[in-house]
Order: sequence, then C-alpha cells, then structure tokens
Amino acid sequence: MNLNSNIPSGPLASKWERHKFDMKLVNPANKRKFEVLVVGSGLAGASAAATLAELGYKVKCFCYQDSPRRAHSIAAQGGINAAKNYQNDGDSVHRLFYDTIKGGDFRAREANVHRLAEVSRQIIDQCVAQGVPFAREYSGYLSNRSFGGAQVSRTFYARGQTGQQLLLGAYQALSRQIGLGNVQMFSRTEMQDLVLVDGHAKGVVVRNLVSGEISSHSGDAVILATGGYCPVFYLSTNAVGCNVTATYRAYKRGAAFANPCYTQIHPTCIPVSGEHQSKLTLMSESLRNDGRVWVPKKQGDARKSCDIPETERDYFLERKYPSFGNLAPRDIASRAAKEVCDEGRGVGPGGLGVFLDFEDSINRLGENSVQERYGNLFNMYERITGENAYKQPMRIFPAPHYTMGGLWVDYNLMSSIPGLFVLGEANFSDHGANRLGASALMQGLADGYFVIPYTIGHYFASHDQFKPSTSHAAFKSAEDEVNTKISQLLSIKGNRSIRSMHWELGRLVWEKCGMARDKEGLANAIERIPQLREEFWQNVSVPGSANELNVALEQASRVSDFMEFGELLCRDAHNRDESCGGHFRTEVPNSRR
Amino acid sequence: MNLTLKIWRQKNADDAGEFVTYQAKDVSPDMSFLEMLDVVNEGLTSKGDAPIAFDSDCREGICGTCSLVINGTPHGGQKATTACQLHMRHFKDGESITIEPWRARPFPVIRDLIVNRQAFDKVIQSGGYVSASTGGNPDANAIPVSKHNADTAMDAAACIGCGACVAACKNASAMLFVSAKVSHLRHTPPRSTRERSTCPFDG
Ligand SMILES: Cc1cc2nc3c(=O)[nH]c(=O)nc-3n(C[C@H](O)[C@H](O)[C@H](O)COP(=O)(O)OP(=O)(O)OC[C@H]3O[C@@H](n4cnc5c(N)ncnc54)[C@H](O)[C@@H]3O)c2cc1C
Ligand code: SF4
Ligand code: FES
Repeated sequence: MNLNSNIPSGPLASKWERHKFDMKLVNPANKRKFEVLVVGSGLAGASAAATLAELGYKVKCFCYQDSPRRAHSIAAQGGINAAKNYQNDGDSVHRLFYDTIKGGDFRAREANVHRLAEVSRQIIDQCVAQGVPFAREYSGYLSNRSFGGAQVSRTFYARGQTGQQLLLGAYQALSRQIGLGNVQMFSRTEMQDLVLVDGHAKGVVVRNLVSGEISSHSGDAVILATGGYCPVFYLSTNAVGCNVTATYRAYKRGAAFANPCYTQIHPTCIPVSGEHQSKLTLMSESLRNDGRVWVPKKQGDARKSCDIPETERDYFLERKYPSFGNLAPRDIASRAAKEVCDEGRGVGPGGLGVFLDFEDSINRLGENSVQERYGNLFNMYERITGENAYKQPMRIFPAPHYTMGGLWVDYNLMSSIPGLFVLGEANFSDHGANRLGASALMQGLADGYFVIPYTIGHYFASHDQFKPSTSHAAFKSAEDEVNTKISQLLSIKGNRSIRSMHWELGRLVWEKCGMARDKEGLANAIERIPQLREEFWQNVSVPGSANELNVALEQASRVSDFMEFGELLCRDAHNRDESCGGHFRTEVPNSRR
Repeated sequence: MNLTLKIWRQKNADDAGEFVTYQAKDVSPDMSFLEMLDVVNEGLTSKGDAPIAFDSDCREGICGTCSLVINGTPHGGQKATTACQLHMRHFKDGESITIEPWRARPFPVIRDLIVNRQAFDKVIQSGGYVSASTGGNPDANAIPVSKHNADTAMDAAACIGCGACVAACKNASAMLFVSAKVSHLRHTPPRSTRERSTCPFDG
C-alpha cells in the first residue's frame, strides 16, 4: 500500500499557512453542488458538519444516539488545551507542539501536530463566541489550569464538564444549520458500510435503528468522525455504545488502519465491583494533585485502611518516581498500580485497586477546601461506591480510556481511500503513541472547525466531480452484504448472551493486550480470538427481527466487529518488538525511554 | 437481594403496551439500576426472548440518554442522580419496582422504555444558539465576562437535555429545559442586538 502523507514542503512553522494558499478553492456558488456525508456528531463531526454547512456545502450528518448532543464527547471532564499563553508563563505554539510530540513518544506526524498547536488558539475564540461558559477569574478573563503534568497552565475548562460545554457549542452551531435547512440530520442511524465507486468513497449504507430499514446515501465525499474503540476491552471509560464498526468496515473496504495497539489506560478510574459491571467511571486526573496513592506493604493485608499504620504503607508512586510523585504520567502510574496488584497488594474486591488518600490534604487544607476543589468528584464516587472519600481513601484502578490508533490519514486528513476523510479520535494523526491530557478535545475541534473546511475543498477542486446515484451497483451490493450479515446474526439462535461474549473477548484483550504486553500472551490471544469469534457465530443468541428497534441486534453487530478488530489490535502489538507510549512490551521495557 | 419488577413493554409506537412482571434474582447492591436491567436482559436474550429496550450511553450521568420513570419518579428518587447513576443499594430485598418510560405527549414511546425526544432538538434548532459562524471571531479575552455571569451561565448550561422535567410536569411543559438554555445564553458574551430582538430565546 502506498501511503503518501502529502506533507507540504517548507519550514514546519509555515507549512499550514502556505498549504492554505496552495490548496485549490471551490467558489462559493459551486459549494452547494457538493454533498458531504458526515458520520458522527461528536466534537469532530458536529464541528465539521456545522462549518461545512456554513460554507455552503450540502451536508448529511448521522449518529447512533437519539440526538447529536449525546455523542461521547459530552463526557469529557478535565479541559481543552490551547497555546494562548494568557498566563504569561512561557507557553507558545512551539511549546504545545513540542509537548504533544514528546507526549506521543515521537510517533506523531510533526506537520499535523504543529498545525494543531497553531489552530488551538482559534478554537478558544470560536467557543467563547458561541457562548461556551469557560471558567473565569474575578477580572472577567478566562481562567486556566495546568493539566496532565504540563509545566504551563494552558488548559481551559468549564467546571468538570468541559466536553459537555464544547459539544453543546458545536451541537448548537449544528442545530442552527439544521434549522436553516443546510444540514439534514439522521439520528438513531448507524453506519453499516462504506461504498466506493471507482476507488473513491462515495456513500454509506446505514440502518435506521428505529425501523430497521437499511438505506444508502451517496455524496461527493464521506467524513468519518465516529470516535474511539475502547469497548474492544469491554470495560472502559467510554459510553457503552462506542464502537469500531464504522472505521473497521471502512478498513475492510481498504482504508489503512494505523497503530491499533496504541491505547491509553487511565490510572484514576473507579475499580470493577463485579461481573455485572457495564462501564468504568473516570475520576478526573486532577485528584492526583492532592491525593496520595498507596497500597499496604504486606501481601493480602485485609485490614481497613485506617488500621494500617503509616510505616506499613507503600506510597509506591512517591517511592518509585520521586520527581513526579503522585503526578507520574498516565501510563507509568497505570503500570505501577498494576504491578503492586500483581504482587498481591491490591485493595478492594478482587485485589484490583489502590488507595487514593486525601487524609493529608484534608489535614493540611481543611475539608472545606478539598470539597471546593473536588466536591463533585467525591459525590460521584459516593454515588457509585457508597463510600465517603472524606472519611476513607478512594479506591482507584486503571481503565482503558482513549485510543490513539485509528484510520490512517494524510496531512489533509484523507484516509488511504480518496474522498474518505477521518476526524477526531477515529483517526491516528496527532497523538502518536500516547496522548496528553486535554488534547483530544482540542484535536476534535481543530479537525472539524479549522482543517477539514479547507482540505475538503481542495479534494473537490482537484478531482472530477461525480456523485453516483444510490441505484449504482456498488450500493446495491453493499446493502446486500449488510442485509446478509444481519440475517446471519438473527439466525444463529444460540444460547449465549451477547454481553457474555463481549465480556469474554474484552477480558482477553485486556489481559493480553492491556497495560503490559508480551509476545507469548499476545500469541495466545491471537490464537484464542478466532476461536471466540467462531463460538460467537455458532452460539450467540440475537432475538427479534431485522425490521424493528432491536437493541440486541445493534449490540451483536458491534460485538461482531470487535471480534475481528480485537485480533488486529493484538497482531499489531505482537509485531511491535518495542515499548512505545501506551504500548508496553515487558520484554523490551526501555526501548524508547 | 431479590426484586419484583413491573416493567412497561410496548413493541412499537402503535402498540398499546402493558406492564409485564419480572423477577430479578441475586441483585448486588453495587449494581447500577441499568446494570440490574442488563442482567435481567441477559437472562431474556439467552432464552431467545426480546430484551427490555431502554436507552443509555455514557452511564455516568452526563449524556442525558437514560430515561426511566422509577416508582413514579423520573430517574428515581435520589437527588441529582440519573437512572444510570442510581445504585441498587438504595433498594430493599423483596421490594417491587415499577419502571416506565417518560410519559409525555411530546415524547412518544417508540419501544418499551425508549421515547422519541426530537422535540428538544427542534427547540434548540429554533434559536437555542449564538449565530457565530466558524472563524473571524475576536480574541477570547477581548470581551470580559464577570465571573458571576460566567458561573450563572454554567449553572444553566449544565442541563443534560434528558427530558425528566417534561416527564415530571403535569402539563409536559419544557419550560425548565428552555429556560436553562435562555439563562445560559443570556449570561455569556453579548449576542448581537439584532439576534436579541428576533430570537424567540431572548424574548
Ligand atoms: C470519560 C472521558 C473523559 C475525557 N476527558 C477528556 C478531557 O478532559 N480532555 C480531552 O481533551 N479529552 C478527553 N477525553 C477524550 C475525548 O473526550 C474524546 O477523545 C473526544 O471527545 C472524541 O470526540 P470525537 O468527536 O472524535 O468522537 P465522539 O464524541 O465519540 O463521537 C462519535 C460520534 O460518532 C457517532 N458514531 C459512532 N459510530 C457510529 C456508526 N457506526 N454510525 C453512525 N454514527 C456513529 C456517534 O453517534 C457520535 O456522534 C475524555 C474521554 C472520556 C471517555
Ligand atoms: S432541565 Fe430538564 S432536560 Fe435539563 S437536565 Fe433538568 S430535567 Fe433534564
Ligand atoms: S446514560 Fe448518560 S446520563 Fe444516563
């Protein structure tokens, strides 16, 4: 496969400026002749759909939730980075660029990341103009905090609901265009396949999740902004509907998938409480500013935390990484927690947890100050666990959180299939092998508001325009394949629940290809996943029919893709005889550090 | 613990619908309400029966997708807690629980516990936004906004668009949802005078 990144020539810092000038334009009157299909309405999809419609393109936008406002971006808590340097603390475009490249263990494409850092500043202007209620100082100016170990304060935030507020900004911009008739919105509609005509992406086949109807939409280009694939691990901090279906089916149509094994495990999540668990809840990383992480020194110590004297506690992050202490980078903190649990020193159910203790901070700052800083998180913790973290330490454990891997894209965010563009978490472009905190929101909005509106015009202007009719044979055969797959799923009529199959796959991928990986374990996973897939296709039970709202069918369809994609992920990890960012191979722990 | 569930089942929008009783056995107090339903559903699907359809996505109280009326109260009885964040430790062994969808004419039931909430999207489409197209906006710090206003805007903007207010209101009115959006937009940087005078949201 020929992968040309199409990076413009010239010095790094002026590539984007120059490229913007060199790219061909579509004149305003002609824009309405082009129709763009945007799959996904998260930060990346909603910002792209709204902006393209503002420019005059005809847009159709699809999402599987009942409203575009519910895309998983809504759940992001901590904040969004931008090189505004409002704090006068030494930040700059170059520093944000540098930090992102370094954070990604030098695997991200420099030209893309530099552009990201450049447009980060416009994102904040855009969001404020939309009415995003970012936190402010008494002066009336915007407030910033430092996040994820950055040495400057460049993170903008809206309490603990930054993703929600940014998404509502983009959703409202999208709603305005829907109201104006420039965007046709298809919610509760799931993409099932990508359609190629003469080698170009020209349409999608979708399923209406209410009626079950399968239909085709054709366009001049297709944008996938369908988010990440963490639920391949079954349990993760993602919404339960997050899936790999759109990107995986595009992969099967020939789009290159890059770095699937680069996944990020977040250290501060609420531990698993039992087999019934459906998702894991992230507790903001900011807690590590004031909480101390520890486990008992003794194996299998079943005493209550308050009965374990200071001398018998192991503050393992402070001990192992004295310069970072409790603020050690995500992957390091996650692995350190795994190690102490593997040694039998974990706490809570199944020994899969470590303490995050606020006692010292409460003594130092007073309960009120701690409450002011983290009150909502302590409440959330109590809602889920029934425990009061002012009185006893929280228990936390790492969980899959973000997927750096995704469909390969060039500098223009176009995949290896011409006319197929990929934005947001669904692409692989900007975070290399690991992602810095508060950078995913930035990337999603950069892609949608400020990159694709330029690059898609260049694609239109440099190719002959043709929008096939949906009666074209390629659509018919894609629809047939989708229908066949659905009837196959419905006809298995086995006796295993979809959830139990997903659980089994997820636990396997988590064990063998989670925080730490080795050749033998990965080889084992690569052997077992096909067996599991076989079992799925023989023995899963998918009740109901195709022509109705059928939640079982929706889940089965997504899990069937995870059953294949899980293997791809493990194969990628198996082939990489190195450790790098979020991919840690125990045989070669220091190959990059 | 063991529970008796009285759940609204309705095949589609045209079906009359009815309550069906299920037994939930060995429910752990650590389960969320939706995880309890997942387990009931697992039992149903592995027997080849249609699972109880309910909406959910984030399962952490922020997306506003889950929408159950539990014992007559939207999202159940815990303060500031959506159904997905409600945990079974608040119920007692042997209890009987009634589970219904949002009951409001603007939110028609489309299956079991799932309703159509597009009415909310229409409200926002009719003016719940600032007309600031992408690009060309002034520097974010050009217009200071008092901390008080920013905080007030955020209080209102925290609405998750779940629709529980409509389900709770005897008249199925969306006043709370609409006023939250009005209050959010009114306390952020000034919208243009023209937009203020023409937009229904600015009255
Ligand atoms: C709990 C949590 C906290 C986070 N906190 C932060 C943070 O503080 N800062 C930060 O920068 N990042 C954070 N992240 C990461 C960040 O939120 C995401 O990476 C980002 O929001 C992804 O945006 P997106 O637009 O690419 O995808 P999403 O928001 O996931 O949107 C995907 C869209 O695609 C649609 N879709 C998916 N599949 C299909 C299909 N087959 N057919 C049709 N539509 C489909 C969905 O309906 C949805 O509209 C956090 C993530 C999580 C899970
Ligand atoms: S105002 Fe209504 S829609 Fe918004 S969060 Fe409250 S109950 Fe839900
Ligand atoms: S599932 Fe998101 S709020 Fe309940």
